[in-house]
Amino acid sequence: MGASSAPFSVSAQGKNPRILKGGKAMTQATAVHEAPKSFIRRYIFSTDHKVIGLQYLFLAMAAVAIGIVLSLYMRLRLAWPTERWPLLGKLFPNAMAGGTISPEFYLSLVTMHGTIMVFFVLTTAPLGGFGNYFLPIQVGAHDMAFPVLNMLSFWVTLAGFLVLMAAFFVSGGAPISGWTAYAPLSAVGEIAGPGLGMGQNLWILSIALFCIASLLGALNFITTTLNLRTKGMAMTRLPLTVWAWFTTAVLALLAFPVLLAGGILLLLDRVAGTSFFVPGGLIVSDKILPHKGGSPLLWQHLFWFFGHPEVYIAILPGMGITSHVLSTFARKPIFGYRAMVTAIFAIGLLGFLVWGHHMFVSGMSPYSAIAFSLLTLSIGVPSAIKTFNWLATLYKARIHFTVPMLFALGFVSIFVTGGLSGIVLGQTSLDIPMHDTYFVVAHFHLIMGVAAIFGIFAGTYYWFPKIFGRMMNDALGKLHFWLTFIGIYAIFIPMHILGIAGHPRRYAETAGFDFLTPLQPIHVFITIAALITAGAQLLFFFNFFWSIWKGKKAEMNPWRATTLEWTIPSPPPHDNFGPQTPVVHRGPYEYSVPGAAEDYLLQTAPPAPTKS
Amino acid sequence: MGFALALVIGVITLGTVVLFAGRFWWFPEAISEHGPSIDRQFMLTLTIIGIAFILAQATLAFFIVRYRRQGEGRASYWHDSPRLEALWTTITAVVFLSLAVLGQRVWAKLHLNAPPPGALQVEVTAQQFVWNIRYPGPDGKFGRTRTELINDVDNPVGLDFTDPAAQDDIVTVNQMAIPVNRDIHVILRSKDVIHSFWVPPLRMKQDAVPGLAINIHFKAVKTGQFEIACAELCGLTHHRMRGFLLVLSEPEFERWLQQRASP
Ligand code: HEM
Ligand SMILES: [Cu+2]
Ligand SMILES: [Cu+2]
Repeated sequence: MGASSAPFSVSAQGKNPRILKGGKAMTQATAVHEAPKSFIRRYIFSTDHKVIGLQYLFLAMAAVAIGIVLSLYMRLRLAWPTERWPLLGKLFPNAMAGGTISPEFYLSLVTMHGTIMVFFVLTTAPLGGFGNYFLPIQVGAHDMAFPVLNMLSFWVTLAGFLVLMAAFFVSGGAPISGWTAYAPLSAVGEIAGPGLGMGQNLWILSIALFCIASLLGALNFITTTLNLRTKGMAMTRLPLTVWAWFTTAVLALLAFPVLLAGGILLLLDRVAGTSFFVPGGLIVSDKILPHKGGSPLLWQHLFWFFGHPEVYIAILPGMGITSHVLSTFARKPIFGYRAMVTAIFAIGLLGFLVWGHHMFVSGMSPYSAIAFSLLTLSIGVPSAIKTFNWLATLYKARIHFTVPMLFALGFVSIFVTGGLSGIVLGQTSLDIPMHDTYFVVAHFHLIMGVAAIFGIFAGTYYWFPKIFGRMMNDALGKLHFWLTFIGIYAIFIPMHILGIAGHPRRYAETAGFDFLTPLQPIHVFITIAALITAGAQLLFFFNFFWSIWKGKKAEMNPWRATTLEWTIPSPPPHDNFGPQTPVVHRGPYEYSVPGAAEDYLLQTAPPAPTKS
Repeated sequence: MGFALALVIGVITLGTVVLFAGRFWWFPEAISEHGPSIDRQFMLTLTIIGIAFILAQATLAFFIVRYRRQGEGRASYWHDSPRLEALWTTITAVVFLSLAVLGQRVWAKLHLNAPPPGALQVEVTAQQFVWNIRYPGPDGKFGRTRTELINDVDNPVGLDFTDPAAQDDIVTVNQMAIPVNRDIHVILRSKDVIHSFWVPPLRMKQDAVPGLAINIHFKAVKTGQFEIACAELCGLTHHRMRGFLLVLSEPEFERWLQQRASP
């Protein structure tokens, strides 16, 4: 391999008209880009992508803290169903009157935990947070293409979050229909159960707001990637993080409108007497309902047409960050850049064709189930390619075990573990016993929840010095990693076993069934593991806030990394690159290039001829 | 650090394998004709993904130790190999798709075939937190039902007694008896929200969807009493929506039905 050629030198060196156009657009942007003076425009209603990115990150941190607390309430109930917790009850004086966690409150917790985690953590932090902050910088732009839309996107997301939280406080409490809100349970109102009145309305409203905000954000990510790349930043030189955010935005643009439409129809069924999802002749609580002609399966199709791409919206940025961090600390180019990009795209595309695997036993046609099953296992192939390429990146590497690297390695391990159980669930006949059991809970927590969270942690530890100009504490970070990595496995591996034994999910206790009571010790074990793991997250929060003020000062490029964010000061100035626009000369992962003076070459390093 | 991480990954991998291979908690014994085929497909899949799991985690752990930073020198600049990429893409595609195809066999037998003629028909109507079971009675025909007639006290499925076929229908609550070694055709309905008929030893799960009549069929090959659980979130006491499946010998079953026939 010719050492002088950057791996992607095939691509045009700024001759591509598209890139020239991008370059021009940016010069114009530079001219109008001045830091606003007032505090409010600067830090609150800011149009600066970095401030907005941070706002998203802080929102996600608040949300994840709440989501974890809710999960602990659930875990306590599952381990010790009849125990009273008067102190914990103070947080929810209505729902936990007497200090016990009632079954209906358990279901509210399940619903709110799931909704908060999927929407306000996993979609918000990796895309809204890191994507906003770093996508423009990594492509060499001074801001997002539509800064005002970007600001709106955050504020609408925040409104959605507040509306969701309000559901805890309205009469009837938070909804109990799960994050999937299956109709007719979610469609017929309070007579079907507590929380299904006002609480469910607020849930729908919150999700609708979230959809709108995500659309605004997605437009911005796509346009910025396509049009605002700096000179020399060919698509084939984009960091894999940018590819991941870009693909994620495309998925969001196509998936969220479907959920939005579904949500509106569901709301109409509830408040305007329509019957999109409610069939005729229903009797709920001894009352015959006036609805006629709707289809409960229609909701499931709409929901999962969104819902499956959503899990990729959650995980793709994590994959991007993992690739990025692995390459940095392996001091090696990412293995198979083109295959990685192709795999991201294949996952994105196939992701829209597999939603039916959530509906094998729903009453859907058994023939379409077979098609969905084959497509589902096909999507395992690009996911496996990514895993192989991560491992190949480590081959003959020189691994630096920094905290972000530990989390990236943890991501690979967890992604494999969570992904393999998908091979079980994707088979029609095996989904018969596994569907809606704890096997599913184990699978999606590992592959979507925890893997994505590991991506977020890797990103946080990696970019913190850039964002705040200080390093996070290394020892605390490592301790956080060890406890979390071991804890996560201790929580979620045993859940597979619960599922194999037949334990349905969304059950408030095991006491109702003879075949479940022997499983109770597993629940106790999982709860103890969850308490310890959740406690370990305090280390992270402490480290984060402590380091903002007290961390060791960071240099411009503490990790000796290659992409554009490491060519500007920490924290970056308001317009990122100042008057000069960067010019890119090479691909994003030029580590250990033979003959080069250092073991990394910045993307902006001029193409000095190197000898092999 | 590298050693410690590799060790932890190793211990986790081993622990996981022990937990799965030890079968301290596992499937209940299968009692349906198709159950063992599902279990075999599960074990085949579990073996394959188990091997993949061990290989992937072991490779990860090995590389972590072998290629940790040590001494002088640089990492290799090796970052592409179309041959290798093609190789592992092909291998995974073949393995995954073969499993997907094999995984359709039981499914096809259960869901693409109509219930065999002569199967005993049982209607299961779910409602918030109860399973209503109906047998067609001696005439072998389900009578007409009307929503307005539904009454949880004495007519839970709304039988219309002006229809002669309805007069001999037998309705029970939460008690579903079936004869062993005979094909059973269950017609699943729901009165209110979605429920799911789940009998773990039967290896049978199917949603009951309001507005639809969903047909499933199976054959139990062992007698005994088993629990019917609801597997789709249906409201407040979803976790206590419990019925019983009694698999009886043919004569016992006849006796059971007779006891419940209206005089
Ligand atoms: C400390 C870590 C966590 C613990 C202990 C935990 C625990 C739980 C428990 C006990 C349930 C209810 C299971 C059931 O009854 O069906 C649940 C559901 C759920 N969790 Fe988590 N969880 C954790 C982290 C996460 C994360 C990071 C995500 C992000 C994806 C997540 C997403 C969900 C979702 C989507 C559901 C399903 C909600 C539903 O059934 O509607 N969880 N979790
Ligand atoms: Cu899916
Ligand atoms: Cu139910």
